[in-house]
Amino acid sequence: MSDKQFKHKLYVKKNKEVSFTADTLAKIETVISHYPEGQQKSALIPVLQIAQEELGGSLNVDSMDYVAGLLHITPIEVYEVATFYSQFYLEPVGKYVIEVCQTGPCAICGGEDIMHYLEEKLHIKVGETTEDNLFSLKGVECLGACGSAPVMQVNTEFYEFLNIEKIDEIIATLRNTSELTKPESLSWKERLS
Amino acid sequence: MERKIILENNDIEGIRFLDVYRQNGGYQSVEKALKTMTPDEVVSEVKTSGLRGRGGAGFPTGLKWSFIDKKSNNPRYLVCNADESEPGTFKDRYLMERIPHRLLEGMICSSYALGANTAYIYVRGEYKYIVGILNEAIKECYKNGLLGKNILGSHYDLDIYVHCGAGAYICGEETALLESLEGKRGNPRLKPPFPAVKGLYDCPTVVNNVETLANIGWIVNHGGESFAKIGIGKSTGTKLISACGHINKPGVYEIELGFPVEEFLYSEAYCGGIKNGKELKAVIPGGSSVPILPKELILNTLKGEKRLLSYESLADGGFESGSMLGSGGFIVYDEDDCIVRNTYNFSRFYHHESCGQCSPCREGTSWMDSVLYRIENGNGRMKDIDLLVNIASHIEGNTICPLGDASAWPVAAAIRHFRNEFEFHVEHPDIVRNIKHGSILQYTNK
Amino acid sequence: MVKVTIDNHTIEVAEGTTILQAARLIGGDVVPPAMCYHSKLKNSGGKCRTCMVKVSQGSTKDPRPMPKLVASCRTEVMDGMVVQNITSPEVVDARKAVVEFLLINHPLDCPVCDQAGECDLQNLSYEHGSNTSRFEEEKRTYETINIGNLIQFHPNRCILCYRCVYAAEQLTDNRVHGVLYRGEKSEISTFIQQAIENDFSGNMIDVCPVGALTDKPFRFKNRVWFLKPMEAHRTCSKCSGKVTIWLRGQEVYRVTGRKDKYGEVEDFICNECRFEKMNSSDWTIDGPRTIETSSVINQNYYAKKINPHVINPLKEKME
Repeated sequence: MSDKQFKHKLYVKKNKEVSFTADTLAKIETVISHYPEGQQKSALIPVLQIAQEELGGSLNVDSMDYVAGLLHITPIEVYEVATFYSQFYLEPVGKYVIEVCQTGPCAICGGEDIMHYLEEKLHIKVGETTEDNLFSLKGVECLGACGSAPVMQVNTEFYEFLNIEKIDEIIATLRNTSELTKPESLSWKERLS
Repeated sequence: MERKIILENNDIEGIRFLDVYRQNGGYQSVEKALKTMTPDEVVSEVKTSGLRGRGGAGFPTGLKWSFIDKKSNNPRYLVCNADESEPGTFKDRYLMERIPHRLLEGMICSSYALGANTAYIYVRGEYKYIVGILNEAIKECYKNGLLGKNILGSHYDLDIYVHCGAGAYICGEETALLESLEGKRGNPRLKPPFPAVKGLYDCPTVVNNVETLANIGWIVNHGGESFAKIGIGKSTGTKLISACGHINKPGVYEIELGFPVEEFLYSEAYCGGIKNGKELKAVIPGGSSVPILPKELILNTLKGEKRLLSYESLADGGFESGSMLGSGGFIVYDEDDCIVRNTYNFSRFYHHESCGQCSPCREGTSWMDSVLYRIENGNGRMKDIDLLVNIASHIEGNTICPLGDASAWPVAAAIRHFRNEFEFHVEHPDIVRNIKHGSILQYTNK
Repeated sequence: MVKVTIDNHTIEVAEGTTILQAARLIGGDVVPPAMCYHSKLKNSGGKCRTCMVKVSQGSTKDPRPMPKLVASCRTEVMDGMVVQNITSPEVVDARKAVVEFLLINHPLDCPVCDQAGECDLQNLSYEHGSNTSRFEEEKRTYETINIGNLIQFHPNRCILCYRCVYAAEQLTDNRVHGVLYRGEKSEISTFIQQAIENDFSGNMIDVCPVGALTDKPFRFKNRVWFLKPMEAHRTCSKCSGKVTIWLRGQEVYRVTGRKDKYGEVEDFICNECRFEKMNSSDWTIDGPRTIETSSVINQNYYAKKINPHVINPLKEKME
């Protein structure tokens, strides 16, 4: 059950210069070309994803206004979309966003324990970011990997069949390496053939 | 009963890549359809096959295709719904990850049949890594003349693009998906008009699930009649079942429709029985939205017939004693699982995922969530149980899209079949406050 | 022309007419209530679900009934369609449920709400609501945000009808507010601190069916039932200049658009007419406004509708 007092704060436009590199702009041109002429608004979600990725992991008013300008739409159209989808972060997040699945199949297989363990291990509560800005912990709904429950996603990678030892290992690796490591291959897939 | 259509050749090393896929008979259907068949002939084969939508609703695919507005001068679109978000379902992810070309092959044939020159694959945001796999596969197709202008010299042009969502269960509803694809909030549209008349950019559009489209290649190759012979009654073909929960071998299995539930659950070739030697308590057979069934009703129907994995058999008995095949998300609960906690969990899910557009769903899902939270945490009262049933009945059928129904059915079904557990929660607040998932039995036996 | 029967009244209407519009042509009790639909705003409707009706026969050609109740505001009639509104217990029950849903998180702060007396939600709950509440949870609340000096915004009262969003989209050239966030957390907002200011922004007040958007200069100045509404006009370069002015004595307390009996504005007016012309000398008075029967200003309308439960809400409990 969620809190019933919604404090959707009003955000502040800082008027900071935002711009993409020429490479990124070319990438965005390609994305826009996937849609018919005059339908460049279709590229909004992909472009916001690029913006979030390239501009520090989360969105702010300036970056959203910049995207609105690129796509020739009004800023409110961007805000409406950015607040609707759960993968757009309006608050700064850590380098690694750990999203733990909380929905039914994961929950009965220990997803709740995984979440509590991570909270203890990282000394943060769900929704918070560690002081070193390395990890943000989020509880999310079904990640579509119920067959390998419990599951969590770190940025784009899935980590499956979690247990306490595995989490220790993942967190240690993430702390020590600059790159996100690929998870090992999944046992249920091998079994299936 | 070993019959594979979608996962055929799945175990071959490198099947993800075009050359291996083609060496094993891949893309024959594209040659056949584009060179020897008219679009209407393809539609007619799909109609004959009796293929039904694999996304959950089970609507006949050929019929859906035939609704496309032929009078319209606007371009037509095919959109593949890969926004697989139904809890308990992970088949499309597996399919796209393992054999992306199966989907693309089906999409080329389907687009040809529908007269679409542009097709989109809408992948849920959480499956971002799959976007890479699909884009690689699409690139291979362009290189080999299977996509782009004048495919295989047939004068038919097709472009396929992958569009990635950003985290919203509701975008699995076809009109919400179209809104999202247009760069808007995923608010479902009012129907009619249906997408076949006014879909993407107000043009005639067909939205099909990944698994549905993955069947089309086989149907073109072998004919609709051969497909219709597979399966049972009106449930033709095979189905991917995503099995999860407390079973020994969770995973994605392809079964011929009509396969007995009991065998699926206990056979070593499939689920391999209940984990840790425990007893089966209940199963949700078609993803979290469909009604949960207790052991005696999932293995056999009320009439005493063996329950089969098919659209009809799982629905036998209506919602009183039956359920639905849905998307094939097979969630298994053992004797220790707490149904109340699980119902609360799903209720929270639907509350979180409601788009908030229409009042019964926006307000009702949050109300049910709050009441279930109280019951689960030992603050419930007896009248709350009937209140829940009543709220569920008020949401069901009164909303713009099926998310309202999907949020109401699990609650109503859980109370229908496991009312005693809800009552136990109300009567023993001190006990339930301290239990988590997986320990209710030891208390109820006391 | 197509023929449609609603609650046993048959009427011929033009093709493309919605069930709700057809019912309004018949009039009386046959008309379903509507909270989010506004005939002057394109794409509005279908969201609140109060206008749902049962289609017991789809058309002469295809007489099958529709499987679910449909939103009458967005469903077009077919020739030979048979519709049940108040004659269907299913519809009455569903409507009661929708009213309950709309009210559970509504603050019910009518005593301090400027919309009281001319509130669609008040009227709706009087006619279709229950006199007791089954909702015992904490109500949803939002923090108030300031959207300028002309419009007062109370997010807690909002029923998310989207009318103000359509109004801003269709009447002004720069929409700066919209529905943000998702599900229960959805909220009308500007996202960043800014006033909603343009020549036609005041119409958001008129299209709001509840007290979420009210006239800020008029705030707490007077109860609407103490004011005398007069139809008036002036020559205006921006709009039709046809308004309703609300007088007490000779003093103009507020100016609104002229609403029809379904609470819909006939001509959208500009902010100059609405907020700046506050002297009765600014206006040529056409005569008293016809007051719809359901308005509280129309005395004794509810006297005829007295419901015993309302007189003694405890009676049920005592028995």
